[in-house]
Amino acid sequence: MEPTVKSNIKTEEYFINMGPQHPATHGVLRMMLTIDGEIIKNVEPDLGYIHRSIEKMCERDSYQQIVHLTDRMDYLSSHINNEAVCLVVEKALEIDVPERVKVIRTIIGELTRIASHCLWWGVMGMDVGALTTYFYAFRDRELINDIFEETCGARLTMNYNIPGGLMFDIHPNFVKRTKEFIAHFKTKIPEYDRLLKGNVIFQKRTKGIGVLSPEDAISFGASGPVARGSGVNCDIRKIHPYSAYDLVKFEEALQTDGDCLARYKVRIQEMWQSLSIIEQLIDNIPEGDTKVATKAVIKLPKGEYYQRVETARGELGCYVNSTGTKNPYRFKFRSPGLSNLGVINSLATGSKIGDLVAIMATIDIVVPDIDR
Amino acid sequence: MSYFSDIYNGIKTLLTGMSVTGGYFIRARKGALTQQYPDNRETLKMFDRFRGEVIMPHDDVNEHRCTGCQKCEIACPNGTIEIIWDRGIDEETGKKKKKIDQHIYHLGMCTMCGLCIEACPTDAIVWAQNYENSVYDRTSLTKVLNQPGSKVKAGIED
Ligand code: SF4
Ligand code: SF4
Repeated sequence: MEPTVKSNIKTEEYFINMGPQHPATHGVLRMMLTIDGEIIKNVEPDLGYIHRSIEKMCERDSYQQIVHLTDRMDYLSSHINNEAVCLVVEKALEIDVPERVKVIRTIIGELTRIASHCLWWGVMGMDVGALTTYFYAFRDRELINDIFEETCGARLTMNYNIPGGLMFDIHPNFVKRTKEFIAHFKTKIPEYDRLLKGNVIFQKRTKGIGVLSPEDAISFGASGPVARGSGVNCDIRKIHPYSAYDLVKFEEALQTDGDCLARYKVRIQEMWQSLSIIEQLIDNIPEGDTKVATKAVIKLPKGEYYQRVETARGELGCYVNSTGTKNPYRFKFRSPGLSNLGVINSLATGSKIGDLVAIMATIDIVVPDIDR
Repeated sequence: MSYFSDIYNGIKTLLTGMSVTGGYFIRARKGALTQQYPDNRETLKMFDRFRGEVIMPHDDVNEHRCTGCQKCEIACPNGTIEIIWDRGIDEETGKKKKKIDQHIYHLGMCTMCGLCIEACPTDAIVWAQNYENSVYDRTSLTKVLNQPGSKVKAGIED
């Protein structure tokens, strides 16, 4: 028999801020949560805390100068951002860069992706309560940073690409160090999985949490590992190959579950694929020039140009509208971070506050990329 | 039943993870990356291409290679470099010639992009591998790169 309880007790929704200074937001991002008890009813991200008007600054700068601004958008895939700007300028000028440049750009781009996923793995583990991952990931990422520092001179904001090629040639140690890194890292990814993936706490916090349907992924414009975790084929490297991606064989990392664990698996798979891409290219970097001479003052012909690349977070699009002068009339970035953040409300509604942290970790938020 | 299998699974995965960390606990010394900065200042060497700050090398007779062409100033995206130039008399030809008075570099504004060094036609400026750039007063970040009394090396044209 059902007990009949007449109750006047009711719950009330209330409003709470997560961030802008919250360690789990990975930067200055404010989440406005409407919650009922611990259940999230609504999430509204509030952006703009580190808006630096990069697009407006692009209208003031010459095309060579624009490249270094993109380092400061998604600072974990800075090389790939640089490449995007260079590719769009080269497309407009109809420059065909030497094979050597294409291969080196691809190798460094993939190293950047590994470094970015490494950092993501460490921070993701930390967000769900495993501090050790952070140290292991940074140990391995340090080796990639050393490769960058030796060749480009900087660890994060490399600015190694210029329109027409590379700023200077790779360091003589580059190939040796990269091979050492590949050999080292191949023994480490299985360790990553052993440490984190099987763990019950990790499984409980990620499996079935924050499920993104493929329809939602497409309608929100999600890209990169977030969309691929839901089974959407969206790898720009596959559908619109640029640089040397048409020369290499690799699998697009796909999972169909759409939950946090699926996005985790996608990124781990991507690290393996990146290693395989680098391995295919590192032994046969073609000889040749590292740049095509461009005019000191680059003027793009009048018109509109668009180029997209696959950064570690998804699709980065660069749109240039040129009126034929030395500055663009409009430079627009379609950043992966902003579109991926769009899914957060539909992922987090109905789950607990603690799950929101795991969801944000697997979306892999980089706030400067969202705000620009 | 699932209660016990959950406990069993929990302990099993915990031990799997701990086998990784335990392995490192035993082999901790090997391959440790921690650097004892600042105690290792003498041995800590940056890579040759490391971008620390922009400097202008001078030789032993206090001559540099800068002609005052201002290409670095134009290439710089954020106004870090200011060139104050002057006209001097060329000793050989007796003609008036552009020369630098002061090559001012605001380290606090520099984004280490390297465009100025790429743009310089005479390689007058290079990267220094200095990595300790913090100071107490930000005015000391504004530097004059050419030394007092220095002049351009003979025969350098842009
Ligand atoms: S490195 Fe870049 S920001 Fe710094 S002075 Fe040179 S051009 Fe300017
Ligand atoms: S440093 Fe080089 S680019 Fe700058 S004014 Fe001197 S010669 Fe010209």
